[in-house]
Amino acid sequence: MTQLEKFYYDNRIVKQFGISTLFWGIVGMLVGIVIAFQLAYPDLNLGLPYTTFGRLRPLHTNAVIFAFCGNAIFAGAYYIMQRVLKTRLFNDTLSKIHLWGWQLIIVLGAVSLLAGYTTGKEYAELEWPIDILIALIWVVFGVNMFGTILKRRERHLYVAIWFFIATWVTVAMLHIVNSFELPISMTKSYSLYAGVQDALVQWWYGHNAVAFFLTTPFIGLMYYFVPKASGRPIYSYRWSIVHFWALIFLYIWAGPHHLLYTALPGWAQALGTVFSVMLIIPSWAGMLNGLYTLRGAWDKVREDPILKMFVVALTCYGMSTFEGPMLSLKTVNAISHYTDWTVAHVHIGALGWNGFLIFGMLYYLIPRMWGTTLYSVKMANQHFLIGTVGILLYAIPMYWAGFSQSIMWKQFTESGQLQFQFMETVTHIIPLYIIRGVGGLLYWVGAIMACFNIYKTIKQGSFINEEAAEALPLSQQEMPHSKLHWHTIIERKPLRFLLFALIAVAIGGIFELVPTFMIKENVPTIASVKPYTPLELQGRDIYIREGCYNCHSQMIRPFRDEEARYGEYSKAGEFVYDHPFQWGSKRSGPDLHRIGGKYPNSWHYNHMRYPKDMTPGSLMPEYPWLLEDDLDESTTESKINAMRTLGVPYPDGYEKIALQDLRKQADAISDNLKSEKIKVNRDKEVIALIAYLQRLGTDIKSK
Amino acid sequence: MKFKNYLEQINGVEVYPMISLILFTGIFIAVLFYVFTADKKSMNDKASIPLN
Repeated sequence: MTQLEKFYYDNRIVKQFGISTLFWGIVGMLVGIVIAFQLAYPDLNLGLPYTTFGRLRPLHTNAVIFAFCGNAIFAGAYYIMQRVLKTRLFNDTLSKIHLWGWQLIIVLGAVSLLAGYTTGKEYAELEWPIDILIALIWVVFGVNMFGTILKRRERHLYVAIWFFIATWVTVAMLHIVNSFELPISMTKSYSLYAGVQDALVQWWYGHNAVAFFLTTPFIGLMYYFVPKASGRPIYSYRWSIVHFWALIFLYIWAGPHHLLYTALPGWAQALGTVFSVMLIIPSWAGMLNGLYTLRGAWDKVREDPILKMFVVALTCYGMSTFEGPMLSLKTVNAISHYTDWTVAHVHIGALGWNGFLIFGMLYYLIPRMWGTTLYSVKMANQHFLIGTVGILLYAIPMYWAGFSQSIMWKQFTESGQLQFQFMETVTHIIPLYIIRGVGGLLYWVGAIMACFNIYKTIKQGSFINEEAAEALPLSQQEMPHSKLHWHTIIERKPLRFLLFALIAVAIGGIFELVPTFMIKENVPTIASVKPYTPLELQGRDIYIREGCYNCHSQMIRPFRDEEARYGEYSKAGEFVYDHPFQWGSKRSGPDLHRIGGKYPNSWHYNHMRYPKDMTPGSLMPEYPWLLEDDLDESTTESKINAMRTLGVPYPDGYEKIALQDLRKQADAISDNLKSEKIKVNRDKEVIALIAYLQRLGTDIKSK
Repeated sequence: MKFKNYLEQINGVEVYPMISLILFTGIFIAVLFYVFTADKKSMNDKASIPLN
């Protein structure tokens, strides 16, 4: 006699993660709007260090990726897991630790980024104590997820669960490998890797943060919510299996496409390109699988804002996963890289794919968890409309800006001179920046409408904290008699599944990273490249603190226009002492790799004080505090020690005389400034920064 | 702590991309083979898990 077991779904944790999603979404997008307008009106930082573009941009990216999307992933995954596994979550306490731990990480992250505590690696800016906290909370999530899977009452793991498993294991691997850093204090550490290796690890991480934080978990959400919202099963379960394995296997290799034409070894660049192009197949299989699920339900799509959002989300997914491989082709990348084209590309994914999938999901979840219907379908439809217009107004000007930048950068006159000064290429696209800001604002207004709509929905319903359900326990379910396929067996063994997924992603990581670490010839050493002086090292840390890499690259590609504009192209061997690398990914300002010696010290001093004096029309914020704040010299010894531990060849005992050297060099710069009628003490931060900037790229510069 | 140059050489690094391609193609073909030989009813059952 078989008996159904009665149990309850935990809706509270889904509610809490859902509300956090909306809260951080509003905050993160608002910061995005502020920085969008800062690019047109730099004074919008109000003269404060905390609100400069260089500090707010990492806050924006981290907030929307890890807070907005992160909370949404957890809300969705916890809702879905309980229902497709027919069980309550493994442990309520773990759920709570997960929830509050993640919010703590977000708050600590936001405060520390504003304060300028950053590792200087894009999308992995948070300092080491927070990195450790992230790892711990991620383990809590994993235990809770696997506990839930193990006590399930459904023999098969639905495809959405596979994507969550792959997300968990891969993000853990990426986060740990990319976060190896040597702390020198609670708020400062140096990446264990240097230069080319650091760049390769960082973009292996950065690209796969897109893949395994913004793609695979959202595919998991899609495989559940699209069938649920349309009331029909996924178009092809077969495709979803191919989709899954091909996607996770291929994605992990694609990182080097962020480093085309850089000093990265050629074979690694080629590998990145090949796998990126192949990625179209699984990505489009997934998109079409989602869209075809709606076949015969298009009449519903006309009415239902949830389905509308899912359709746009899937379309945007299809667009960005077509565009991504195209951008990985070297010829296209030569045009697109460092321009706003990349910014447009990621926002098609972020606003369209992630954002609309999240809002559609919340519109689906919330009425059900409160036992009511959506307060206003009309308002949700308006949200859809205003959001879509917002995406277009955001993306189109940015594509335009990207093309304009690139074409203007590369334009030569008939006599062989660069036709445009860098500044002209900036002022030319300011109107486009403003339109983009308006697009973002519209999208944000849509999000506010969603909050209002959801608030009213919650008010009119009553929350079902414990949702009753029943199912047969696994032990009482009949095993099918037919012979099982090997894949069916994997699907029933979650730990084995985890292992296979780990193998699939680890292969890519190992094959991509190991050769660069192992082979000396991959980073040819250059005899004239010397370690930074103590003052330059301090200046470099100010450069990192202020987030200069958010607008300035330090990587000149071997193109005629770049050599004419910036100087000799960058060599791998020039970065061997750069912990972390600072190549950057976007040129809102010019490349700085060969800035050393280009201008006198006084130019840099005045430029930091008031950039427009030196470059009329400049969009760079002013940095008056660098002129007033004293350099913290007390860290010099520990920094030299740390660098030596990492393999930088400072002589033995150098840390003892480093401070002396630092002051000597600072005095020289201060004296030089005095000769140009600028009175500034040697102990100001600006002196260190000038020392660093004047050093950049000079090791192999022909005098 | 020095994270570079543990070894001076890996013989034949060219073989790495080849291995990866073969691995991927192998897995891809195996999955395709499974998918198209799988039982239709069981596929439909699995696909309808969220709707039950």
